[in-house]
Amino acid sequence: MSISRAKDMRLPLMNLVRLKGTPILEQLHLEERLLRASTDNWCIVNDGTNVPTIVMGLSGKPSQLLEVGPVIKDRIPVIKRFTGGGTVIVDKSTLFVSLICNKGDVPSVQPYPRSVMAWSGSLYGEVFEGVDGFQLRENDYVFGDRKFGGNAQSIIRNRWIHHTSFLWDYNVRNMAYLKLPSKVPQYRLERDHTEFVCRMKDYIERSDFVEKTVKAVGNQFAMKEVNLEDIDSYAKGEHVKSTRLLTVEELQEAMSGTAQSA
Amino acid sequence: MALRMWASSTANALKLSSSASKSHLLPAFSISRCFSSVLEGLKYANSHEWVKHEGSVATIGISDHAQDHLGEVVFVELPEEKNSVSKEKNFGAVESVKATSEIISPISGEVIEVNTKLADSPGLINSSPYEEGWMIKVKPSNPAELESLMGPKEYTKFCEEEDAAH
Repeated sequence: MSISRAKDMRLPLMNLVRLKGTPILEQLHLEERLLRASTDNWCIVNDGTNVPTIVMGLSGKPSQLLEVGPVIKDRIPVIKRFTGGGTVIVDKSTLFVSLICNKGDVPSVQPYPRSVMAWSGSLYGEVFEGVDGFQLRENDYVFGDRKFGGNAQSIIRNRWIHHTSFLWDYNVRNMAYLKLPSKVPQYRLERDHTEFVCRMKDYIERSDFVEKTVKAVGNQFAMKEVNLEDIDSYAKGEHVKSTRLLTVEELQEAMSGTAQSA
Repeated sequence: MALRMWASSTANALKLSSSASKSHLLPAFSISRCFSSVLEGLKYANSHEWVKHEGSVATIGISDHAQDHLGEVVFVELPEEKNSVSKEKNFGAVESVKATSEIISPISGEVIEVNTKLADSPGLINSSPYEEGWMIKVKPSNPAELESLMGPKEYTKFCEEEDAAH
């Protein structure tokens, strides 16, 4: 037996799913399904999504977070996802990495948000080793004082997901659909979106980032590639489905101030 | 989070705690050896919810240990009145520090009241987890389920062991 195979046998298994251009709604549905209906660990990497899409956290209110008029006029899809956290607008240049873990397979991590984020911050520290200024800062992934990745989590009884949308590149025009949120990290000061975020492509090659991420995860798990077509055998049965696309009617109600909740 | 857990473990090791002689100042609380408080007279689940059983009504919330580990709660999702809850099944969620965390019901029954204050003031869960931060009131369908829950001393030990393990 080779040394690497012997090492792998001591590590918990992590299934790796590589996607390219998968619509973000489909990706989120997949993640929620794997979190709730599978008992395996999963690493999902999606290289871009198909169309610009706004994704809000569970408690997000469109009237507070979006310029709803332009969003409706330009027909930008708005999704409410099953995890917490803030609002992002993603597109074909965004890179997504999602990690779903059994708490027992990461015994150093308690199933609470700050503990999970300390672990993920350390993992991405390995990925960005040698890149100046990377840190987890007030729960954001930053280079210096500029955010390049939005992350969020959901924690259920014995499992959790930590997923991130990395701003490889972005269209400044798209940022105009997002309002400045009422709650911001202290380090943001009063900067608007374009002064607050940065492009990951200015710091690392795209393929380099993906492979270093897979390698960093592989230092803690034995990785096994799984094709999307084979997912059904891993996740069976009914599960709660929270992630959904908001309707135009809901957005219109938000704009007119008549929304009860969305 | 790591610093806080280290501090808790260190406090345990050094036996740093509010002494028993101070307990008369807060008669309803037993101050555990860790930094979180555990209230006497309640029962606790290993998922960190508490239950206060008074007659035909059981009030449910999350413990001080849980709110402390979750961080600032910014949103709470709760069931509606007349919904059913089931022992060890999820009945809602809290959002804190970019995470949604499930709330598990310690007992089964019918929801008879929901704490509507939490919609505008979710932080009550942090500031008053055993009082103003209560979440739902339930008519238990099987009161015997309460017997399998932990008492205050057992729960205190459970929290200490859980924190020490990480």
